[in-house]
Amino acid sequence: MDIQALKELGDHIRTSLPDYVRGCETAHGELTIAVRAEAVVRTLSFLRSDSNCRFELLVDVCGVDYPERDPRFEVVYHLLSLSNNQRVRVRVPVAENEAVPSVTEVFSSAGWFERETWDLFGIYFSDHPDLRRILTDYGFEGHPLRKDFPLTGYNEVRYDDEQKRVIYEPVKLTQEFRRFDFLSPWEGPEHILPGDEKVEAGDGNEKTE
Amino acid sequence: MGVETGTIGLPRTALAPGSDRDAALRVASDELGDKGFVLARMDRLINWARTGSLWPLSFGLACCAIEFMQVIGARYDLDRLGMVPRGSPRQADLLVVAGTLTNKMAPAFRRVYDMMPEPRYVISMGSCANGGGYYHYSYSVVRGCDRVVPVDVYVPGCPPSAEALLYGIMQLQRKIRRTGTLER
Repeated sequence: MDIQALKELGDHIRTSLPDYVRGCETAHGELTIAVRAEAVVRTLSFLRSDSNCRFELLVDVCGVDYPERDPRFEVVYHLLSLSNNQRVRVRVPVAENEAVPSVTEVFSSAGWFERETWDLFGIYFSDHPDLRRILTDYGFEGHPLRKDFPLTGYNEVRYDDEQKRVIYEPVKLTQEFRRFDFLSPWEGPEHILPGDEKVEAGDGNEKTE
Repeated sequence: MGVETGTIGLPRTALAPGSDRDAALRVASDELGDKGFVLARMDRLINWARTGSLWPLSFGLACCAIEFMQVIGARYDLDRLGMVPRGSPRQADLLVVAGTLTNKMAPAFRRVYDMMPEPRYVISMGSCANGGGYYHYSYSVVRGCDRVVPVDVYVPGCPPSAEALLYGIMQLQRKIRRTGTLER
């Protein structure tokens, strides 16, 4: 992807929507803009309709959970312009008890994406025509992709021979989940790999023999 | 009981036309004429019918279904065993649980099993169906399909190869043959 074209596109979006765009950066050859929740419908309709942008395709809507941040969640929209062969990512920070306006009026494909985000993260989308769970079981408790959701959930199913139907019971595990991947960079303890201390020590100015 | 002889005194192996076969047939015919019934081996006849036309339900839940399709297809060819995949549980004798059984699927899965006529058999195929497998600790997966339906044969693997499933089917045939009861 042409970095220069992406930067120009970012500048164009920022100058066109000065009140809405709160951040705009190009990293790893991808353009990301940050927008407040109440401006998301106007931003996305601008990105779709503007003659320089022409992002006709909403590729994905998803959520991210950052438990340590203050607005805990983030809704991420990925847009693709088939005309200009460009992509843009729109990030919307949102708090736990806050709602994001639905973009189904702008992109009709957003309906199921927003249902999925509601289902898995519990981010509420206002004005959504049919905001139900989409993936998890009927009557599921909780939102499983939240970081504080327990791995095994709350209920498990079993066929009950007396009631002649599948029943739900609280989870009972004979053995708890165990992690054996102590070298995992995400889950394991902090292991300094050989060579890592050089990165800590200098900014790359030192020459190694 | 003579091991080498079949139902009514006939040798198990086919005989070529000739005096040997005529003699054997005469012996068998006399025996039938003396006794007047062959009911003692009815269970064997039923087992032969059950094992020879074990119609499976085409019921795939995840990637194991790909291997199941390989068994049905030309190379391993379930038709050789008289197995014809059926689209309706009402016509099926065998349910191959090919894949991950989720909580959301479990009531529907049990209903499919209940719709099958007796005698019915279940093969649990792959780690997920056997005991949850990779998803054992997941919030949305049943930890083994034997929590929902009774299972006859467990086929291990992730996914089991087509040969492994075929071996499991042959083990089920063996089990049917050995159980040998009219009622199940």
